[in-house]
Amino acid sequence: MSTLEIKNLNVTVAETEILRDFSLTLPKGEVHAIMGPNGTGKSTLAKALAGHPDYEVTSGEVLLDGENVLEMEVDERARAGLFMAFQYPSEIPGVSIANFLRAARQARLGEDEELEVTKFYKEMYEKMDALKIDRKFTSRSVNDGFSGGEKKRNEILQMAMLEPKYAIMDETDSGLDIDALRIVSEGVNKLKGPHMGVLLITHYQRILNYITPDQVHVMFDGRIVKSGGKELALELEEKGYDWIKDEVAQTA
Amino acid sequence: MPTTETPEIDIKTDIGDFMYPENHTYDAGTGLSEKTIDYICDVKKEDDWIRDFRKKALKVFRDKPMPTHWASGDLNTIDFDKIRYYLAGGQKPSKSWDDVPEDVKKTFERLGIPESERKFLAGVEAQFDSEAAYSNIKEIVSKQGVIFVGSTEGLMKHPEIFRKFFGKVIPTSDNKFAALNSAVFSGGSFIYVPPGVKVSHPLQAYFRINAQNFGQFERTLIIADEGAEVTYMEGCTAPKFDTATLHSAVVELVALKGAKIQYITVQNWSSNVFNLVTKRAVAHEEAEVKWIDCNIGSRLTMKYPGVVLKGRKARGEVLSIALANDGQHQDTGAKMVHAADETTSNIISKSISVGKGRSTYRGLVSMPKHLKGCKNNTECDALLINTNSRTDTYPAITTRGQKNSVQHEASVSKVSAEQIFYMQQRGLSEGEAMSLSVNGFINDLAKHFPMEYSVELKRLIDLEMEGSVG
Repeated sequence: MSTLEIKNLNVTVAETEILRDFSLTLPKGEVHAIMGPNGTGKSTLAKALAGHPDYEVTSGEVLLDGENVLEMEVDERARAGLFMAFQYPSEIPGVSIANFLRAARQARLGEDEELEVTKFYKEMYEKMDALKIDRKFTSRSVNDGFSGGEKKRNEILQMAMLEPKYAIMDETDSGLDIDALRIVSEGVNKLKGPHMGVLLITHYQRILNYITPDQVHVMFDGRIVKSGGKELALELEEKGYDWIKDEVAQTA
Repeated sequence: MPTTETPEIDIKTDIGDFMYPENHTYDAGTGLSEKTIDYICDVKKEDDWIRDFRKKALKVFRDKPMPTHWASGDLNTIDFDKIRYYLAGGQKPSKSWDDVPEDVKKTFERLGIPESERKFLAGVEAQFDSEAAYSNIKEIVSKQGVIFVGSTEGLMKHPEIFRKFFGKVIPTSDNKFAALNSAVFSGGSFIYVPPGVKVSHPLQAYFRINAQNFGQFERTLIIADEGAEVTYMEGCTAPKFDTATLHSAVVELVALKGAKIQYITVQNWSSNVFNLVTKRAVAHEEAEVKWIDCNIGSRLTMKYPGVVLKGRKARGEVLSIALANDGQHQDTGAKMVHAADETTSNIISKSISVGKGRSTYRGLVSMPKHLKGCKNNTECDALLINTNSRTDTYPAITTRGQKNSVQHEASVSKVSAEQIFYMQQRGLSEGEAMSLSVNGFINDLAKHFPMEYSVELKRLIDLEMEGSVG
């Protein structure tokens, strides 16, 4: 039951089929990487799981520890333990990271419960110290005027504070320089563990130098066409994606 | 990445619209004539000079056309013959707390209004403990020689000060609604702060006005004598449930040499109300006047607080926030009339339009040619939530000569569907996400407000936004 189970998921965007019978099981405690060429549906997978209104699920199932996620609203999915680290996180001018996180944590409490503010700050600062994020960071407005690296760091901090059961990293590594990439990777490595499953969506093998996946899946044309261990990523790095395309063409 | 239309928002406009039958001992009846004015004067036992003042104002009101050549045509729907211009001595309504609708009780709870006040606001108690609070404040400030009374008491007991300033900042003929107010005004405050006195407590009309009945045609006059300082707070954040549809107040402030006046308003009208208010101040040499104005609700609000910068180095400031929900029009702004050298003014206006709500900024900055060293800064930012929202900016800046400086910035932004999705993905409901965006938008302005006001404002916005998602 401790899995994120995606069964035969079909998703259309603006009436174009993107995901076709996509299936994947992510057990808690594991890191799975999804790789694939551009336009193959990787980001669609992330957004459809999170419940973005533009992504229409036409059929299939998504079970989070046995619970049907597709029946839930975006925020219900989030509170059920599904977290998505955005490729392009939105800016929220005037709202500090600390206040944003407080609101997000408050939303996870019952109606009559009040967040214990002192405890919250203590926890936040401990986590920031562990992630080597400057404490001043949280007084800045969410993503407002942030560099690409700062935005991703903010995603990692939110992930740390919201303690999801399953985290989907949507091309978190894209557009990052090597230092930022290292910070993000170290963050994920610190946060991963038996209580969380990580789905690492990436175009490049590069991030896998820092995060060791339990499994690598290659996605092509809306579904997984090949799965393997971490060595599969290296093979892709060496040979490129054409090799997979050819293989798919042959079996079709 | 696919683009997304901002979602349609279903607005509930009926939240908070409820009323109770009332019986008044004094009721001038509907319609407006000289008789109405005689009735008001007789009931209030007013002197002849004020009777004459009112009657002259009535003439001006009748002669002046509706300002629809520039303002909303919606004004034409006001039927002046159907309005009751004076009600007083209301009996205690016969309703009990149990009769108050559940959702209204919830509204009060969410606003964090104390139990005792809730009963008053719901109309089930004619008076609450505010009498005590008011007399407390009154006692403290009267030791400093401060006069803080109702406008009627002011004109009767302190005519020597009252008459000197009354109707001087805003003459009867200023506009049709100022004339109307001059004809039928009742309620409002009269404050006089003697030279050099710095009033430590903000004077709150909330208590005083609650101790009477809410006035439809309030008249407030505040005078800060040389070097005096005072902060006045008007309104409360609880929705005002009122059967009266036309509210037309006049507020005059006089800051004499080196005085400081801060006037704070937070108002939340029910959506049937026309709120047409004239507010203006005169700032003498080195005096400072600051208007903080938050307008939420109403069908149409027209309000442009102004400062006439009459003395050298006078400063004027207007900080305003307007929120127009579906079916509402907030037509607000500021006026800064520079009439002396080295005067400075600052206008920061933020408007939020939700659903089919409409907000308009109207500004007037005037700097005549012969002046030097004058400065104005105007910033107006609009936030749109929903594609149907409308916002307009009409800044009229008249500067002549090269020795003055004016700076104007305007921005329009939208709460995008992507932003809402991002926040929802962190576990916030759609309503929570929207109110967080809105609070973020006004944050840099709201932090200049007194603590309790910004907290209440935040709660109000939460409530408005919650009601605006389907």
